[in-house]
Amino acid sequence: MGAKQRVYRQRIRSTQSLKKIFRAMELIAASRIGKARERVGAASPYAKAITGAIEAVAMHANVEHPLTIERTDTKRVALLVVTADRGMAGAYTANALRSSERLREQLMEQGKEVVQYVAGRRGISYFHFRNRPLAGRWTGGSDSPSLETAQEIARALLAAFLAPADQGGVAELHIVYTRYHSMVDQESRVIRALPLEVVEGELGVGERVPPLYDFEPSPEEVLDALLPRYIEARVYSHLLQSAASELAARQRAMNTATTNAEDMIRNYIRLANAARQTEITQEISEIVSGADALAASS
Amino acid sequence: MALTVDIVGPDGVRWSGQATFVTAPTVEGSIGLYPAHEPIMSVLKAGNVTVDDLEGKRSVLPIGGGFLSFDEDTVTVIADSQDEHGA
Repeated sequence: MGAKQRVYRQRIRSTQSLKKIFRAMELIAASRIGKARERVGAASPYAKAITGAIEAVAMHANVEHPLTIERTDTKRVALLVVTADRGMAGAYTANALRSSERLREQLMEQGKEVVQYVAGRRGISYFHFRNRPLAGRWTGGSDSPSLETAQEIARALLAAFLAPADQGGVAELHIVYTRYHSMVDQESRVIRALPLEVVEGELGVGERVPPLYDFEPSPEEVLDALLPRYIEARVYSHLLQSAASELAARQRAMNTATTNAEDMIRNYIRLANAARQTEITQEISEIVSGADALAASS
Repeated sequence: MALTVDIVGPDGVRWSGQATFVTAPTVEGSIGLYPAHEPIMSVLKAGNVTVDDLEGKRSVLPIGGGFLSFDEDTVTVIADSQDEHGA
């Protein structure tokens, strides 16, 4: 076998083993997506109930609470971006980071100082490479986030939000995550989690006026109790959304990679066949011309 | 008249349906809710939430603290996971 053929056969073999890996990763991602979506669904009633409760309290009670009032004592704002722990998910992390960087520029144009928080190993290495300081980082389980991770993140963000200005307090909290719409549609979203944007006096026709609640023990304490749970629920639901998006992005990327590997293999097989044919043709013409030369000399 | 009850935890709905009577452990004592109670929002401590469904069967759900809101005969209990936030 000629050298050329050997090279092609080698490439076909390695591409085939890559293809198997891509295929396996595609199937793994596909099998986990259902679970991830279920968890998104399971967590949403809780988040909805808390958000509803907070809105009701904030609308009624004219209480001064850090939850609803804008802080003016510091220009620092916290920015959390949710990324993946592993690559092989197409542009998933890149898109989240792009949204985050865009938001950062906007905030800096407004004269604010951005304090960066990151979840996910890919995001961390991005900021690490650019020598940008991180106020908080979390890794592990980006494709199946645990409630504990969410609680840890929520605690850190809340501590920063409630801290006094001279101890690294932040005035706002923004979160960049990837919202899961469908298998083929995920979109990175930017939300401002804190302070709350209370919509007042804009009840549309047919919308019911929320009742006057009795608060036990007091509106302030109700808000105090709701605040950590609210942040936690928010963070948790964003992590879950991002996880489902990550898996969907990975599945799609791996599907494309498998197809590409198949194309390459087909191409290499053709080249290998052509190389083999060339070799045979050359051998035949050598034999024929050798025989001709012998016949002519005798 | 019946109450619409939703008891939700961070990782899913724990109880959902119609009920006649609900009790919950608030930080100031215990609260019992029948239909047409006045709207209330209350902080809950660790303890048991009990729900009497339409057949009169009583369900007891332990919670690790949380939050309750009631209006228009809809009870929403936001329950913490058992080990979180203490009590």
